Amino acid sequence: MTDPIDPAAAGAVSPAPPALSEDTRIDAPARNQWWDVWDQFKTHKGAVFGASFFIFVIAAVYLGPFLWTIDPTYIDIRARNSGPTWAHPFGTDQLGRDMLARMMAGGQTSISVGLTAMALALLLGTLVGVLAGYFKRIDGLLMRTTDLFLALPLLPLLLVMVMLFRQPLSASFGPETGIFILIVVAIGITSWMPTARIVRGDVLALKEREFVLAARSIGTRPGKMILRHVLPNVMSPIMVSATLGIATAIITESALSFLGLGFPPDFPTWGRLLFDATDFMQQHPERVMWPGLAISLTVLSVNYMGDGLRDALDPRIRGL
Amino acid sequence: MLTYTIRRLLTAIPTLIFISLIIFLLLDMAPGDPTAQLPLTIPPEVREQIRQSLGLGEPVHIRYFLWLKQVIWTEPLFYLSEGVSWIDAPDSARLISWQTRAPVMDTLFERLPQTLMVVGLAYVVGVLIALPIGIISAYKQYSVFDQAGTFVSMIGFSIPPFFSGVLMIILFTVMMPNDSFWWFPSIYDTTLVVDSWENFKAQIRQMVLPVMVLALQTTAQISRFMRASMLDNLNQDYVRTARAKGMTESVVVLKHVLRNSMIPVVTVIALGIPSIFGGAIITEQIFKVNGIGQMLIVSIQASDLPMVQTITFIFAVMIVLFNLIADILYGILDPRIRYD
Repeated sequence: MTDPIDPAAAGAVSPAPPALSEDTRIDAPARNQWWDVWDQFKTHKGAVFGASFFIFVIAAVYLGPFLWTIDPTYIDIRARNSGPTWAHPFGTDQLGRDMLARMMAGGQTSISVGLTAMALALLLGTLVGVLAGYFKRIDGLLMRTTDLFLALPLLPLLLVMVMLFRQPLSASFGPETGIFILIVVAIGITSWMPTARIVRGDVLALKEREFVLAARSIGTRPGKMILRHVLPNVMSPIMVSATLGIATAIITESALSFLGLGFPPDFPTWGRLLFDATDFMQQHPERVMWPGLAISLTVLSVNYMGDGLRDALDPRIRGL
Repeated sequence: MLTYTIRRLLTAIPTLIFISLIIFLLLDMAPGDPTAQLPLTIPPEVREQIRQSLGLGEPVHIRYFLWLKQVIWTEPLFYLSEGVSWIDAPDSARLISWQTRAPVMDTLFERLPQTLMVVGLAYVVGVLIALPIGIISAYKQYSVFDQAGTFVSMIGFSIPPFFSGVLMIILFTVMMPNDSFWWFPSIYDTTLVVDSWENFKAQIRQMVLPVMVLALQTTAQISRFMRASMLDNLNQDYVRTARAKGMTESVVVLKHVLRNSMIPVVTVIALGIPSIFGGAIITEQIFKVNGIGQMLIVSIQASDLPMVQTITFIFAVMIVLFNLIADILYGILDPRIRYD
């Protein structure tokens, strides 16, 4: 079980003095603490590998279409169901659409949904956590709300939300943007609770520290206090939950698409491609592998990245 | 402890009522019309009468209280009257599904055994695999076994069930020769009646794939927890004392450390039970198990509101219930924690 007070936040304020060995000089040049974090991050092989892979995937799906210019919706019915060839390295689907182009287009959607939903969940979670931790009067109310959200069955509610608001949102924003907004919001408002709890715990601990007292004694207003003194010190747990949030958001979006309740059929996402490919599993098993591997490897790399980030931001481990 | 339990049970009631209200109101906004599937030849006034007979004419709060009364009063009373002779069957109407026109609860009780059999067994298998992995990983920290265990649980976290399930089907159903021992059916046959050794074997075989997929997820999580909890305890003073007393290593690890490390793990196992039902929604869909999760998807697609509301509410009840059980277990297992 974790400590109630995360030492990462405490250490971010005043990095633990490095062990003074023979070669450490007091007059070493001043250094930003993020360089220390980066040095520690580099020692975690899995994390470095994960981060590079994640950057590679992002580059591939966003920059790839400039190099591989086949339109993902172009139907070449004569070339349907082809295996991997030079013309179509990932093969084609049952309508002759190029799988590589579809994987890139699908990845763009999946990763955008992951990043945006994570940002929304983080924003909500940090807001609730900071407010609950800082203002004692609304603490009880906000934390009861968090507990209530944690007691809701999330996947069924997500499915229900998507079913309910699909038509009104598609009508007002167009089918693609509408569903995008819907899925991002749905994932965002069902996954902010862990962040809120962690942030609240850290803010509660920070509030008792001397520098907050000092800031208050010179008349700092609550808004300024939160922005300048509290928020920078809870950055590390927020960053760790950000990486894990990307992973859950990508998986949730793919799960919704896989259950047929995500994006419309002609709009590829990795989950949707996997769902479509399961119908042809017997004849073309490789078509299932591409989107499945893409989802799994992206999530795996993000998880490793989060693992390394957690170690790098923990001052007890850093510098060893 | 007893007062704590009673207090928690009492606070669970308003929570559940509030959750039921949220679920009901959210679903009540659904655009679907239950009469949309009926033939177009039905005149509008008859259609309106059908809607009235489904209870759609009433205001929201009346419908909410009627639904709540049906779920928490009429249905339990009905099942009690079936079993106990001196309780009369309730005279009010039972909760009827719009899609099947059968009582919602009857449908759920038909579906429950499949879900429990597959999901429940998967959870048990997952926990049984996870515990030894966690113990050995912690005892031999940073060994090859530990690294492999970390890697496998990372994979378990990262491969979503809809991919691992499909992967299993490709490996064990599509690519495997049909007459091989390692060939397993990918479709769960609910009509199979277990009355002979052959049928029993068929039943086991058709449960292998879904159980493996679900167990992978459970194993990944529980083995991590077990490892962390064992590591916390292995460095404690009492372990050194036990070793200093000259106890054998197996007694130290399996009696002293394991018992203490199991305390948080048991609560995590209890907390995971409701979430595994949520995860089963996808697994049931892949392997065509006609359990509760699959019923939920079908009902959502058919906008069968009473069914969706009831299933979602049952999930919520399970989450609240197992949270409570986990808290109470923690208090019972760890004498240092007393809530009074």
